[in-house]
Amino acid sequence: MVKRGVMAGFPIMLGYFPIALTYGVLANQSGMTTVELTLMSVLVFAGAAQFLAVGMVAAGTGMGEIIIATFVLNFRHFVMSLSFVNRLKNIALRAKLPLTLGLTDETFTVSALYRKEAKEDYGAYFYTALILTAYVSWVGGSFAGGILGDIMPPRLSESMGVALYAMFIGLLVPSVKKHYRIAFIAIAAMAVNYVCQSFGMNQGWAIVIGTVAGGFSGIWILRGEEEEQ
Amino acid sequence: MMIWMIIGMAIVTAVPRFLPAFIVDFIHFPPWVDRWLNAIPYAALGALIFPGVMSVKPDAPQIGVIAGLVAVLLAWLNIHIIFVVIGAILSVFLLTL
Repeated sequence: MVKRGVMAGFPIMLGYFPIALTYGVLANQSGMTTVELTLMSVLVFAGAAQFLAVGMVAAGTGMGEIIIATFVLNFRHFVMSLSFVNRLKNIALRAKLPLTLGLTDETFTVSALYRKEAKEDYGAYFYTALILTAYVSWVGGSFAGGILGDIMPPRLSESMGVALYAMFIGLLVPSVKKHYRIAFIAIAAMAVNYVCQSFGMNQGWAIVIGTVAGGFSGIWILRGEEEEQ
Repeated sequence: MMIWMIIGMAIVTAVPRFLPAFIVDFIHFPPWVDRWLNAIPYAALGALIFPGVMSVKPDAPQIGVIAGLVAVLLAWLNIHIIFVVIGAILSVFLLTL
């Protein structure tokens, strides 16, 4: 079971490492120490939120906004977790609880592709191995990036500032291709965020409000999608 | 200061993750809340991308926008996200030579 879990987690491992490396380099340049940026990966383990936090730290945003932005951004895990624990009915709570802490967009999606293991004996070991594989890659990549940050040539590391935006685009575009309407949700959020910032609101709050308001547009835009799924 | 920020982030990330393990048997969302929650990741990505992407080179916002468009194109062609990221980094690198 452990071996099968590691195999299932292997693609996530390959995907996480370079992104974690980029995170580590950027966090290093935003002024965080290697210990701090690695600790953030250990304790938070949420890529997009960590990139956001690093961007906000670099922009000099306050701690309160960063924590609220993290909450708003990661609240989607609540819904994923609902569906995840719903599937793991046969697994004991003491095994389920630590597993939910390892939920990310990727571990959730991949574990959703392996449904039958939840009903087998020792199924908890399978999901634990899958999530730990992803986790080790994320934490290790962050640490390596934090160390590399010091020796990376400045022009290259400056160019890497675009990496997080490219990653967000790379996560968004496949969904838009599948359902064009999703583009309107993203554009609504962009517009609200842009307007808020034009009126002088700080970046952190503008992102939070853009996300919540843009998400509301989904109440109408995603109508009818449930029947398709 | 930084350590408290990390602990705060860890708590607000952990609570929504583990809470469903306790409450899944008791609650049922109305459909519109489901749709709102489903839309949150896309809205978050949108707000994260723009206008922030213009700040990659604060003195030359077009560089960030061009690199962003390169990323859109690469992602549209189903190229793996790692190469989407590398392509955008390369674009900025070349544009600032």
